[in-house]
Amino acid sequence: MEAIKTSGLVKRYKDKTAVNGLDLTVHKGELYALLGVNGAGKSTTIKMLSCLTRPTSGDAEIMGHSIVTQADAVKAVINVSPQETAVAAKLSVRENLEFIARIYGADKVNARKKADRMIEQLSMEDIVSSKAAALSGGWQRRLSIAMALITDPQVLFLDEPTLGLDVLARRELWSLIEKLKGKMTVILTTHYLEEAESLSDRIGIMARGVLRAEGTAAELKAKAGTDDFEEAFISIAEEVTA
Amino acid sequence: MRMMTFASRNTKEITRDMLTLIFGIAFPIVLLVLLSAINKSIPQGHGPTNFQIENLAPGITVFGLSFMSLFSSMLIAKDRTSSFMLRLFTSPLRPAEFILGYTLPMLPMAMVQSAVCYAAALIFGLRFSINLLLAVFVNIPIAVVFIALGLLFGSVLSEKAVGGVCGALLTNLSAWFSNIWFDTSMVGGVFETVADILPFSHAVAAARAAAAGNYAAIFPDLWWVIGYAAALTVAAVTVFSIKIKRS
Repeated sequence: MEAIKTSGLVKRYKDKTAVNGLDLTVHKGELYALLGVNGAGKSTTIKMLSCLTRPTSGDAEIMGHSIVTQADAVKAVINVSPQETAVAAKLSVRENLEFIARIYGADKVNARKKADRMIEQLSMEDIVSSKAAALSGGWQRRLSIAMALITDPQVLFLDEPTLGLDVLARRELWSLIEKLKGKMTVILTTHYLEEAESLSDRIGIMARGVLRAEGTAAELKAKAGTDDFEEAFISIAEEVTA
Repeated sequence: MRMMTFASRNTKEITRDMLTLIFGIAFPIVLLVLLSAINKSIPQGHGPTNFQIENLAPGITVFGLSFMSLFSSMLIAKDRTSSFMLRLFTSPLRPAEFILGYTLPMLPMAMVQSAVCYAAALIFGLRFSINLLLAVFVNIPIAVVFIALGLLFGSVLSEKAVGGVCGALLTNLSAWFSNIWFDTSMVGGVFETVADILPFSHAVAAARAAAAGNYAAIFPDLWWVIGYAAALTVAAVTVFSIKIKRS
């Protein structure tokens, strides 16, 4: 089954076309990485798919719901972990988790149970009462992802989840993201090519608002005629930027 | 329920901020103490009637509420410029739930602020009466006005800018046009007309009438304030909706 299907998705800002006729299909349970240099259209695509901004034309279906006409239904089945850490600074870890669970409709008892589950799954027992503002960058990011997971989304958008983290914190998050594979559909945007290569089932490469190529890391390397994924990415992205 | 959950989060964010306690409770009381002291040192019958405690206390309660604009604007501006708001925009929360969620936690705070101010005024000679309780409730519409103004400014301005607009400009403007510190009729002309059009002097008049037990005089001044409160709340929801669509 298709979790995401976009048809001719376009977003224009005055004289700039950020996304130009995107046709993309992501299967249920798949971890799909969206790559591209700055300004390629990744973030705009995520914004449209998560109903943060309306497409200029075209449409997309998320779990069968239109992002244009059924935004409320889409918002109920997705969750987003934004690029920057998105936590309520003066709330504790537990309060942040329960807050999000309740915003998505869980009652008090259920919200507590869901928070307990997240705290255990993400090994946050030692920081459960700490205020979010007092946490390190790595823990804040982990909490931010937990806040996206607590609603059991069918589609999860991870926008640059490991940006700015040290190598240990990044590896820890990789192992967390790895565990999500098959449980939910994950759209991952990242600038770290090794992250996309290591975690993704399929990878899409965008440049100038257009999806230039997609496939597994091996397929993309074969297409570019190289064994190195970074070289493959540069070769595909430069086809249009050159 | 979503709105109440959001309101609960906002209550925690506000009450865990020392700035709220200092400006919300302490500052109006400091003003009350200072002005009462000044008034006491002026021979009876020679000072301005505005500084007599039965006029001053209701005025200060209204002035104190102007800081609600600062709190609400800072909170929404801080949220808006962070990824946290982005997260909430992708949630099922609707614009009206956002605005009510920001407004509701501030109303009990506004009432506590007014009540504490009246309690402090008792020390300076204000006679205790059940009407003071009524005066606390009469302040609710002007509290909504200030909160909605804060949400409006916080929806369009940066966190830094709202500090200036709501923390300095709005508190000063609302003070000048309120009849708290001086009678706008003494200035006359356009100044007096503007003061009559804006809700601040009407809120002070209604609060003074309520505190004095002059029930007949509470309205229509309070209707004027209620009209502003409703219009500004609708405006805040509308502007916030536009901001969500343009995020």
